[in-house]
Amino acid sequence: MKKYPITFKDFGQSAILVEWPNEVSEEILEDIIQYKTTLEAELSENFEFVIAYNSLTIIDNEKKLDLKVLETQLVNLYQKETDFKKSERILWEIPVCYDAEFGIDLEEVASNLKITVSELIEKHTSYKYTVYGIGFLPGFLYLGGLPNTMETKRRASPRLKVVKGAVGLAGKQTGIYPQESPGGWNIIGNCPIPIFNVKSETPCFVKVGDKIQFKAITRGIYKLQK
Amino acid sequence: MLRVLKPGFYTTLQDKGRFGYRDKGVPVSGAMDMNTVFRLNALLENKKKASVLEITMTGPTLLFEKSTYIALGGALLSPTLNNTPICNNKIYKINKGDILSYGRLEKGFRAYLAVKDGFKDTEILGSSSQYYPITENKCISEQQEIDFDEVKVFEPKISELKMDSLLDINLLEVTRGPEFTVLDDKQLAQLFAKEFTVSKDNNRMAYQLNEVIEGNSATMLTSATQPGTVQLTPSGKLIILMKDGQTTGGYPRILQLTEEAICVLAQKKTSDSLNFKLI
Repeated sequence: MKKYPITFKDFGQSAILVEWPNEVSEEILEDIIQYKTTLEAELSENFEFVIAYNSLTIIDNEKKLDLKVLETQLVNLYQKETDFKKSERILWEIPVCYDAEFGIDLEEVASNLKITVSELIEKHTSYKYTVYGIGFLPGFLYLGGLPNTMETKRRASPRLKVVKGAVGLAGKQTGIYPQESPGGWNIIGNCPIPIFNVKSETPCFVKVGDKIQFKAITRGIYKLQK
Repeated sequence: MLRVLKPGFYTTLQDKGRFGYRDKGVPVSGAMDMNTVFRLNALLENKKKASVLEITMTGPTLLFEKSTYIALGGALLSPTLNNTPICNNKIYKINKGDILSYGRLEKGFRAYLAVKDGFKDTEILGSSSQYYPITENKCISEQQEIDFDEVKVFEPKISELKMDSLLDINLLEVTRGPEFTVLDDKQLAQLFAKEFTVSKDNNRMAYQLNEVIEGNSATMLTSATQPGTVQLTPSGKLIILMKDGQTTGGYPRILQLTEEAICVLAQKKTSDSLNFKLI
């Protein structure tokens, strides 16, 4: 397996940031996940790992390790041969109701993209989006893989309140608001199932590297799943 | 039980923080001035994880319905026990029916109340630190009851701490952030020569500063952030993420506050002045 020219940077006194080439790529993401899996097995459980696009941040929660020592260990572990088993990726089919009640910006986005609302829904549900990171809010997924033809501008002024579950489009991104929050994305539908659930042992079922495909559901099914 | 007669401006339960969920976008949370909390818990011979009340600017009025021992620390908020003034960093015995209240804010911004063995609140994802919507409420409210174990006799090894106060410090010690190298000479000069003041946009998520430096147009892919990360926006604004700050961000991370600098900043309020010092 090819190894990338990765760089290591101190990030404060108890974390190291590892960076891959500055691009959004499936191959890089796979390499990061493989490396993270190796580190999880080799380092103590006091570490936390945050993957986002082309980077992995390794945080020592005990704040005891000498970062120089840790960095040497990290460099060696990256070179270490692993069994190259591809990481387990899950494709999640996420229900979205694109009814006008929820998709408050559907018409506007469709007209900006010069397509019909049903074409927009069909396009949005036809792609498999890769989860490149989780952050901003608990359970907020950074999804990659939106085609150029679906790029839209953010709203000129953000809304003070976007409801939980709202599915949005903005720039090169599409995603789901995991909780009510202010937001500037164009809202095209709503997902009835919580992406983040504090009552669950695994509060967010999705992990970085998984894929998401949206599935259009009717209002009736939406109410049932809610 | 501890009965909340008045909640104060913004009072929350906090412990060391919620670890292990940053990869799901959950902020670490925990006490903003962890230095003070570690010392208060040590004084009371509590576990490091024991939860305390973090009191912001205006203090609550609290009725103790059981006996225990308490210690206060952090901001100077004119505390009184049954209307008699008491001090920070000292253990007091509490009897059933005692009332703790606070007065004028003299110095600092966040005060802490620690009880023997800590407050007993339900842990969510391994922590009792309040952060909405991970916890049901964002802060404590009037008439809420907070549980703790009754302690009738406790003979502390030491009953009072002589400690250096961070409240008078205006210098924030920082290390280079991952994008430190995007800064040019002019920006560097501005960053380390200028005095900055805290903007009114300051809370547990982030502190913004009033003064700007030259902006930064460099774009980067979203990447991890931590409490203490100083972000530089395209318009030159500086945003310092704090304990409830988001776990990822897309602005260049030019500096990183030390653990101690986070505690220093936690005690600053709107218009307070600050300098950065690279270590």
